[in-house]
Amino acid sequence: MNTMKETIDEGRNASWREALRAAMPAKERTAIPRAEMPMLPADYRIHSNAEVNQGLSAEQAVLEATRCLDCPNPTCMEGCPVSIHIPDFIKEIQRGRNDLAARVLRTTSALPAVCGRVCPQEKQCESRCIYHKMGKAPVAIGYLERFAADAELAERRMHASEETASDARAEGATANAAPRKGIKVAVAGSGPAGLSFAGSMAQMGYDVEVFEALHEVGGVLKYGIPEFRLPNSIVDAELDALRLAGVHFHTDTVIGKTLSYDDLRNAGFQGIFVASGAGLPRFMGIPGENYCGVLSSNEYLTRINLMGAGQPGSDTPAPLGRTVAVIGGGNTAMDSVRTALRMGAEKAMIIYRRSEAEMPARVEEIEHAKQEGVEFVTMANPVEYLADERGRVRAVRVQRMKAGEPDASGRPRPVPIEGAIDEIAIDLAIVSVGVSPNPLIPDNFDGLDVSSRGTIMVNDDMQSSIPMIFAGGDIVRGGATVILAMGDGRHAAAAMDRYLSGNE
Amino acid sequence: MNRIVAKEHFSENVVQLVVEAPEVAKARRPGHFVIVRCGEGGERIPLTISEADVKKGTISLVIQAVGVSTRKICALEPEEFLTALVGPLGKPTAIGRRDGTVLCCGGGVGIAPLLPIVQGMKEAGNRVVTVLAARTKDLIILEDQIRRWSDDVIVMTDDGSSGRKGLVTAGVEEVLNREDVAEVVAIGPAVMMKFVALLTKQYNVPTICSLNTIMVDGTGMCGACRVNVGGKMRFVCVDGPKFDAHQVDFDEMIMRMKAYDPQK
Repeated sequence: MNTMKETIDEGRNASWREALRAAMPAKERTAIPRAEMPMLPADYRIHSNAEVNQGLSAEQAVLEATRCLDCPNPTCMEGCPVSIHIPDFIKEIQRGRNDLAARVLRTTSALPAVCGRVCPQEKQCESRCIYHKMGKAPVAIGYLERFAADAELAERRMHASEETASDARAEGATANAAPRKGIKVAVAGSGPAGLSFAGSMAQMGYDVEVFEALHEVGGVLKYGIPEFRLPNSIVDAELDALRLAGVHFHTDTVIGKTLSYDDLRNAGFQGIFVASGAGLPRFMGIPGENYCGVLSSNEYLTRINLMGAGQPGSDTPAPLGRTVAVIGGGNTAMDSVRTALRMGAEKAMIIYRRSEAEMPARVEEIEHAKQEGVEFVTMANPVEYLADERGRVRAVRVQRMKAGEPDASGRPRPVPIEGAIDEIAIDLAIVSVGVSPNPLIPDNFDGLDVSSRGTIMVNDDMQSSIPMIFAGGDIVRGGATVILAMGDGRHAAAAMDRYLSGNE
Repeated sequence: MNRIVAKEHFSENVVQLVVEAPEVAKARRPGHFVIVRCGEGGERIPLTISEADVKKGTISLVIQAVGVSTRKICALEPEEFLTALVGPLGKPTAIGRRDGTVLCCGGGVGIAPLLPIVQGMKEAGNRVVTVLAARTKDLIILEDQIRRWSDDVIVMTDDGSSGRKGLVTAGVEEVLNREDVAEVVAIGPAVMMKFVALLTKQYNVPTICSLNTIMVDGTGMCGACRVNVGGKMRFVCVDGPKFDAHQVDFDEMIMRMKAYDPQK
């Protein structure tokens, strides 16, 4: 096996890469301004579910790829939780080989079109780009990742329409997959961790069956992240690719309930990967939190994204509000508040106890929310909800905060300003302050070591206290990102392969 | 897709469906529920399992048509299909030998989920007395099956059209006064469970209830089903549906059940 450095050098020393580097002096490259993402205008998009970011044009992508200096020591890769070979794929885009760029992405990421859209690049790869040292905007790695992945999906779609599905499947089975091993493995959960694991295992020749509790495959990518940020068609295309690689999906099946650990073993599964994700929504434990019209972001987004509430043909009632407050500063909070606008709210606001600079949400989501007219009420912490005589929320009382000493996270601790309590009139409150791990599998698998927080305990190989069971994503981390969950899936797949091959 | 194999009308708006679901039939225990969907745009509706046949691979569900989705489900005929069914969900009811009579009370369609508990408690060797209550005769369901597993049955109707005229609590109090009751199990409308709980609290008899709140996913994700039990937030789908009835804040639960009423 090559070391990471050797792999990087090998790609970088290819003659075409040397030629690209020689073709334009660094000074000229660094003078190129960073690409701007084409997007739908804010006044249009708040009446539409269409994806906000439209994607770079081919010209923009090549120009942006040209900005990348192809550093001998690409620090951007250190910022990526799955160590995507960033200069390798960017330079493929620059020379016009989008197909090869996508292939580079696929060696480390099962869902590049998803990650290109939802990763917090400004905190990861792009935060480590050499351009920061020159006081310039980093290479738009996320935009380029999305570009290459989308190009591949478009290509695949064209290809699929030319052939019958069975031809494509036959070709997929022979061209994409390793020889079948005849070993069955089960996956609990079809979110980013489960899909990434399934993709890796199928590639290695395992027979993979994914069990999903809901009636749709995709986990948080379907029920959580809204269409305007991650279109379902993108997720479906990635799912099709996995089906083509031989992965089987079962919906409406709860591992630990419908099928027990023993059922899975009796059915011949030799390994189980638990990726059941974040479950129980957290609430703040303040008075009035159970009034009608106060709900979790999970409930709100699930009703609208998964159940289609508010759309013709859907029987699920939609929680509607004229003045909507979303409590929290993460991506889910931004998704909720922007969804509320699209559901017809006249006023939608974020209420967050720290300052905007400390919000965990992606910078782009915060910017998009502002463009769309979301109000930001920061340094304010809800302390109570008030309701009308029927128990429907009519206001939230907030405690104004000031910045105090740094806390364990390094951020200034928000401290209440004595006596500074305000009442804000609202008719819908969406609580988005985090989730706890889903209890179904920890509660129903005897012998599984679980932490006091309810997460499944695993070793460095993502292996649990039951040797044939591995776990990853939010059920292990408690609440993380799509990319970390995907990284866990890949990591666990490699480890389970070693375990099942007897090479422990 | 789950095939309907049989259908029985218990009353104008109450229907029993026997549905193919072999894995669920095998895994279910008394107290478990399922989530079903009817139609592509169908809501996810929680329904408690009343009976199961492992050999035939079927479960029985009793549904009262009260809203858009339950009306659609009640309109299904044999050989038609539920779009989706998932389960068994929730924690099963603790069945076992008790030190005294087990008093079961069921109100309306709550009699259906009570049936497997009555049966289980009888099979565990208990003396089982059951109080069935409803507005009127037609809404007393599954009476024969309940009688099969009960040592004594008291039927109460608001209008006196069957059994005795009066509320469920009158029947419950009679049993509490005449014999040594070790445990009460109450399943029915929230307001019925509330008053049974208030009564049994006076007699200091442990009482469990089964809650049927609003749910979306039913797997511990959305929090729509949250209830206040003993001052703590609990989720009916994963912590319940059975709770200590003396600890449940029924007034809050009744308020929350109406969260989406104006739109229906």
